[in-house]
Amino acid sequence: MKYYDKIMKGRIARSIFRTGLPTSNYRKSLVILNNLFLHIHPVKVKKSTLKFTSTFYLGALSFGLFIILVVTGIYLMFYYHPSVPLAYRDMKDLEFAVSNGKLLRNLHRWSAHAMVLIVFLHMLRVFFHRAFRPPKEFNWVIGVFLFVSTLLLSYTGYLLPWDQLAYWAVSVGTNMMKATPIIGDDIRFLLLGGNVIGENALLRFYVLHCVILPLVITMLIGVHFWRIRKDGGLSSGSKQVADGKRDMILGKNLGVSTEEVLNDRDAEK
Amino acid sequence: MENRNAQKDDSVYGRRQFFVAMGSGALALATTGGLVLTGNFLRPNVLFEPPAKFLVGKPNQYPLDSVVYLAKPKILVIREKEGYFYALSTVCTHLGCIVNWKAQEEIIACPCHGSRFNKLGEVTGGPAPKPLPHFAMNLTVDGYLEVDKNVLVDLSDVLKI
Repeated sequence: MKYYDKIMKGRIARSIFRTGLPTSNYRKSLVILNNLFLHIHPVKVKKSTLKFTSTFYLGALSFGLFIILVVTGIYLMFYYHPSVPLAYRDMKDLEFAVSNGKLLRNLHRWSAHAMVLIVFLHMLRVFFHRAFRPPKEFNWVIGVFLFVSTLLLSYTGYLLPWDQLAYWAVSVGTNMMKATPIIGDDIRFLLLGGNVIGENALLRFYVLHCVILPLVITMLIGVHFWRIRKDGGLSSGSKQVADGKRDMILGKNLGVSTEEVLNDRDAEK
Repeated sequence: MENRNAQKDDSVYGRRQFFVAMGSGALALATTGGLVLTGNFLRPNVLFEPPAKFLVGKPNQYPLDSVVYLAKPKILVIREKEGYFYALSTVCTHLGCIVNWKAQEEIIACPCHGSRFNKLGEVTGGPAPKPLPHFAMNLTVDGYLEVDKNVLVDLSDVLKI
């Protein structure tokens, strides 16, 4: 502990962590505010929002799954070639020959399935808690785009093993796109890079799955989290607000109006 | 608020407004160009796909009253009792699965969503919205059957030999 203090109070550590150790509440908030990775998180959080039943941690679970998917996805990219003669072979290689390949591939696979489910449940939770109401209505819209991105990532990833299931799922899916009025044929042609599901389609799905969609979803996640903070923190359900009960205010609580807070304070006196 | 500097008056079309217009114009032009370029780039000009026009052997390889499935070009070559030929697509018109000829029941069935067609490719059941297309068949000068998937023909348009 002595050495830790010495290092953390030293010149090098102070140049990295300008605000010093989080010894007081004020310093704790400074640490959050001045850190690129933490600053997206609110400095202070309402205690009620930490209760399991107010969010079921579904948003955090989705994000956790996304992190798992990014990490395992990068691992898989070391062995996978997006080409017709190699794709299926590489998938089997990962499954049967590569050390821990089976674990990583199935982590990726199951996390992907789970993410679709959890994101959907997250959406249901927000809906039934009426947490999409102002000022959070735009964050709901971003959430819808996040849901669509999740589905698209799931769909583009589905083709990559290049097995019968993948091939026919994408056949059926892209033929559904073809049913779009006027631009349907064009969409399918652009997405597949041709008229049949072949080399071009596999490569396009790979680029979408590994580069474009992850970039899009990362940016949307950033905005989504930022907006949670800017719109006054997680919604803790509307119970406290409706009852006019004073929430444990640890931070800016926009869910309760200033008037209500003042009234409560007066009542306590 | 009162303008402290008459030259900064936004209502006058001055040098600032001119440069803003030039800048946003250039940006709009570059964006449009970029989008057109991307659109063209993503549309392949040369496709390495199976050819639409191909030979399927000689007529006497197909017995009378036979239905032969050719997996690679995804077609059924059908020779009727009377001796004439026609070629049917095996790509289901519903969502693109490959349909099968069921010899006992004399129907063409799709495994995905249960569409049913008769031997002529007409829909007899299931969700398929259109009949299976007939492809043009010809006899080449050296006596081979040729199918052209680019040319769709009418039901009655058959190859008589």
